[in-house]
Amino acid sequence: MSAPQQLSYAQAASLALEEAMGANPKVVALGEDLGRGGVFGQYRTADGRPLAAAFPERVLDTPISEAAIMGAGVGMALAGLRPVVELRVVDFALCAIDELVNQAAKNRFMFGGQGRVPLVARMPIGIWTASAAQHSQSFESWFAHVPGLVVVAPGTPADNYGLLKSALEGDDPVAYLEHKELWGLQGEVQPGVAVPLGQCRVAFDAGSDLTLVSWSRQVQVCVQAAGQLAAQGVHAQVIDLRTIWPWDRETVLASAEKSGRLLVVHESIQAAGFGAEIAATVAEHTGARVARLGAPRIPVGYAPVLEAQSRIGADAVVQAARRLLAR
Amino acid sequence: MSELLDLYRTMVRIRAFEDAAEAASQGGVSWGGAATDKVAEVLVKGPLHLSTGQEAVAAGVCAHLGHADLLTSTHRGHGHTLAKGADPARMMCELFGKAGGYNGGKGGSMHIADFSVGMLGANGVVADGLPIAVGAAHALKIQGLDAIAVAFVGDGALNRGPFFEALNWAKVYHLPVLFVCEDNRISATTPSAAMTAGENAASRRAEAMDIPALRVDGNDVQAVSEAAGRLVAEIRSGQGPRLLHAITYRLKGHVSVDPASYRDPLEVQAALENDPITLARDKLATRGLAREAEGIERQARDEIAAAVATARSAPAPEAASAYTDVLTVGEGMWQ
Ligand SMILES: Cc1ncc(C[n+]2csc(CCOP(=O)(O)OP(=O)(O)O)c2C)c(N)n1
Repeated sequence: MSAPQQLSYAQAASLALEEAMGANPKVVALGEDLGRGGVFGQYRTADGRPLAAAFPERVLDTPISEAAIMGAGVGMALAGLRPVVELRVVDFALCAIDELVNQAAKNRFMFGGQGRVPLVARMPIGIWTASAAQHSQSFESWFAHVPGLVVVAPGTPADNYGLLKSALEGDDPVAYLEHKELWGLQGEVQPGVAVPLGQCRVAFDAGSDLTLVSWSRQVQVCVQAAGQLAAQGVHAQVIDLRTIWPWDRETVLASAEKSGRLLVVHESIQAAGFGAEIAATVAEHTGARVARLGAPRIPVGYAPVLEAQSRIGADAVVQAARRLLAR
Repeated sequence: MSELLDLYRTMVRIRAFEDAAEAASQGGVSWGGAATDKVAEVLVKGPLHLSTGQEAVAAGVCAHLGHADLLTSTHRGHGHTLAKGADPARMMCELFGKAGGYNGGKGGSMHIADFSVGMLGANGVVADGLPIAVGAAHALKIQGLDAIAVAFVGDGALNRGPFFEALNWAKVYHLPVLFVCEDNRISATTPSAAMTAGENAASRRAEAMDIPALRVDGNDVQAVSEAAGRLVAEIRSGQGPRLLHAITYRLKGHVSVDPASYRDPLEVQAALENDPITLARDKLATRGLAREAEGIERQARDEIAAAVATARSAPAPEAASAYTDVLTVGEGMWQ
């Protein structure tokens, strides 16, 4: 096994893709502006070269045609390839939602198991500073609602490497949701080590007064909050879900059972968010008290003061945790 | 000649506005290059798509529109909004994320809009403005109103379904709508020629649906105005949808922070020599109107400097306004 590398979140995924393309000629990537390395540099190697330089036949620039990009991805998958479909930001992926939901997700079942759609749809989520209502959304709960889709939301460079590796090896269509404001995050990546889908990670473990469950960028915020809580004598465990579907119920239920209190924190809107699913499941299966913290049901505003209303900081998490503890 | 002066004024105001916005987005120097215009902080946050080099299209088309006519724009919408009659100070407030902005600071550059002059909004989703313009045109028809709708669209957007769907709808319902393709030959960082099938796709795709189209030099503001005038007159006389295919060039990067280093410097040099504002100014000069042109430039500079000053001193929106204008029913149910 090679030595660990210090990589950004974007480079980590690039490395996973580069390795997969090197190992398997069936892996292809398609999307807008990919040939130049992707808008966020996520299709560039660690030394800055566009991935397309190494795989000119398999990193494809596409027209601005989201429906066709996703639909073609489904066709490529059915005809034997393993496409990585790049949708720039998840907001524009809505232009391809029919192809993802009605075609990719249903194919295997609908045709009695004849087909497989091993497709990874990279659809970056999350608030992106001053990008306003059409470029800052998080839709993991929408995808979690669709049978036939795997939903992944990595929160660290190591996970972005390891989870993408697993996604590229599987036979299922994957909604792969990277966070736009994590692209530059640096961290240690162990080449060769895949992260299994469906397994969470304990991101912080100070004790069992409280279970905090989160994913994507909000994990960092929860870890920060757990630090503040620890200083106040409240010892929390922070679980990074990593995979939204299938989610690691066993670990979450065990932790909630032990702590008796569970708080789910996510950046996406709280109403009908995936936090509701976790909270309900925990309430159904344990005696734990549950609470959720997500964004208010408002579009993300442009001006900093408005955008801030949709962001959830460590203080808000601490307060929500305190309210839960006091209940 | 007063027509060319008017078109020139519109173009120069757009250029001044966008140069100032660009400077404010980078903490640089604004239009005219005066050192006193130095802006220390980044006052315009978020993506700023400039239409530098494309002003002739906005000016030439909007010269034929009144406030009753409805317009939808692209992500590159400052020029269209100004040309349609919006107030640059309120626009600048919006770009600065201030309370006095058209959208109360909620939208920013990418969603610039002034409904009071019939400008129904810039759009963050490529091609999504087209069906909206078609719907607006349909509404005008159903209500028996005289006005028309106009949709600006980039050449990259020609490859999305909504382009085809909107044109088809406009034709089958015989709607009063003008599609204006600002063909700057690039889509973000990818040359459109590499990603779009067929020569002159904008006009030829329209013609394939029996929508008459005119192709013009989009850097010649008089040519644009003449062609747009003809098409608008045809639409107003009930002849159905039309498309104007204006060939132009984006002089700046895709967004203000993009140095556009992917472009051939020779191509950029040639384009700079074909700057629509320089072309119009030269024309005015040969007709003995250099002084008038200078006056227009000075006025624009002053107007935009005042807009920047207004935007700088305007207050930020109240945090509570993040919760307004979401819904009528259920207002207050945030969680
Ligand atoms: C549906 C959708 N896909 C992708 C994007 C990202 N994007 C924004 S502008 C742009 C290029 C648009 O090119 P064009 O239509 O030619 O307009 P131009 O920028 O040249 O004015 C892209 C790909 C988007 N905003 N919406």
